[in-house]
Amino acid sequence: MDFDLTEEQKMILELVEEVSEKEIAPLADEVAEKGEFPKKNIEKLASLDLFGITIPKRYGGLEMGYLTWTLVAERISRACATTGLIFGANLLCTFPLLNFGSEEQKERFLPPLAQGKSLGAFALTEPEAGSDAGNVQTSAKKDKGGYILNGNKIFITNGEVADTYIIIANLDKRRGPRGLAAFIVEKGNEGFSFGQHFKKMGLEALPNVELILRDCWVPQENLLGGEKKGFRIAMETFAAGRIGVGIGALGIAEAAFRKARDYSKERIQFGRPISSFQAVQHILADMATKIEAARYLLYKAAWLLDQGKPFEKYASMGKLYASETAMWVSTKAVQVLGGYGYMKDYPVERYMREAKLFEIIEGTSEIQRNILANLILKE
Amino acid sequence: MHIVVCIKQVPDTEELSRVRVNPEDNTIVREGVKSIINPFDENALEEALRIKERKSASVTAISMGPPQAKEALRKALAMGADKAFLISDSAFAGSDTWATSFILSKAIKKLGNFDLIIAGKQAIDGDTAQVGPGLAECLGIPQVTYVRKLEIKDGMIRTERTLEDCFEVVEAKLPALITVTKEINEPRYPSLRGLLRAKKMEIPVLTNEDLNLPSDKVGLEGSPTRVVRVFTPEPPPKGEIIEGDLEKKVDRVIEELKKRNLLRWLK
Repeated sequence: MDFDLTEEQKMILELVEEVSEKEIAPLADEVAEKGEFPKKNIEKLASLDLFGITIPKRYGGLEMGYLTWTLVAERISRACATTGLIFGANLLCTFPLLNFGSEEQKERFLPPLAQGKSLGAFALTEPEAGSDAGNVQTSAKKDKGGYILNGNKIFITNGEVADTYIIIANLDKRRGPRGLAAFIVEKGNEGFSFGQHFKKMGLEALPNVELILRDCWVPQENLLGGEKKGFRIAMETFAAGRIGVGIGALGIAEAAFRKARDYSKERIQFGRPISSFQAVQHILADMATKIEAARYLLYKAAWLLDQGKPFEKYASMGKLYASETAMWVSTKAVQVLGGYGYMKDYPVERYMREAKLFEIIEGTSEIQRNILANLILKE
Repeated sequence: MHIVVCIKQVPDTEELSRVRVNPEDNTIVREGVKSIINPFDENALEEALRIKERKSASVTAISMGPPQAKEALRKALAMGADKAFLISDSAFAGSDTWATSFILSKAIKKLGNFDLIIAGKQAIDGDTAQVGPGLAECLGIPQVTYVRKLEIKDGMIRTERTLEDCFEVVEAKLPALITVTKEINEPRYPSLRGLLRAKKMEIPVLTNEDLNLPSDKVGLEGSPTRVVRVFTPEPPPKGEIIEGDLEKKVDRVIEELKKRNLLRWLK
């Protein structure tokens, strides 16, 4: 078993860490406060070629795999969780294109995504379809060499800023999940528009937008992976996406842990730093342990994905454990900082609000446990 | 158009507290200290790359230093330089700014024709700002120092040269050498593609076998400068804050100044 990184990965991480710490982290408070899409950060990531990490060279990417992507996303998320999630949500578009797209679709849509010239998004969630992913109401009807889409999608990450959308719609409602199909819809398509921007508890700068499809016609060549493939595409994309969401949570956990650790060494009470009290020490020890455990679950999931082996179990475990770790660590970090932790002058209260999202998106913690129980009981 | 960029590897200023001076030979102890490209040299490289992007040019980065200075050159390649050469020989060790300028001039001549040489205004370790001008003199070409803006047109370079409280516009005929300030641009980060490309590239080393320079012109022997002592300056003594109402404060100040014989012109 080899836990060493390659020379290339080390080089890349040194660069990404420098950029994350010097350029992205200093803006994180401002990004959260203003609640505006962090365009500058995304352009910076694009200028470093980071959007092409998982994409093969023939489509303009670097072909360095999901483990490298995971390592990079961890650094970005540690600096700014919003930027990390925008970066991660892009994967929800490139992953299904790579795994289910035709050669023509890959050649057409992947190069601009690989260069970060355009962003991608994936849209399944609707008012009536969340955990119950099969209950999609958005309809698709065959028409004039293509399909007509009608319906509304909500909470869509990268909505409006993305150019390329993978949209799940049902072709045959009676067949439930089996009636679902995935379509590539581009910004600017007639009948495709954006509705409300949802206000959130945290991550205010992360675009979560309503998509509106009103008689939106897409050509046959924009059908992704065949008419009955929608549910499978969604499930596999979510599985891969869980690595991205998990690593985002891990970034928050790591940032919160570091703040708590550094603060505990500086804060003097009863004449000594609070890091000398066992009650604080044990919190820090538990934080570090949980973070490390979450990290290797996610690394293993990414490594398995790179090997072409089943990775879903580790992706679910990693996402579940990392998001609950982020929630626990950020809550405890507020506790370590005490009154200051609750104040907006320190970022830990923000981490706590941000962490909560990760227990919900890409399958709630409860859904992860369902998936895991199902997999484990079959073994 | 061929642009040569001179790069020096220096200790990272963020680790300045770890930099020590060897009391034996008055040189900087570099072991265990992270090295970076001299920040002003990054501006020099960035400017060369911008010229390259505007009007097809090739950019060559050179550095004189120990073998580990290859790392600085590799970063220059990752940022977008086309070629890089390390000038390194134990015979060159201990060169002062005079000998360094001489060696660099010979190396640049060896590399062939050039139109423009860009260097940082000074290195943040030695802070002499002498090698750029010295190099231009050795090559017998015009030089403009402290450039904050430039334009190249019809074989001429037009620059804004920073002075203390203003700037002057200086034109020079190419080939020329300029040194740049940090105001001129913001250096880019390398891209992943750049990093991976640079990792595979050769960085040839020019030794004295290639340059064939007489031993009394290089290294310690060829250096007229002698560093007598390097020391950390004493921190200035703590000042005294004079309290009280304004009149008393002024009286106290005048009294103190008189005591120091600083008001002798005041009758």
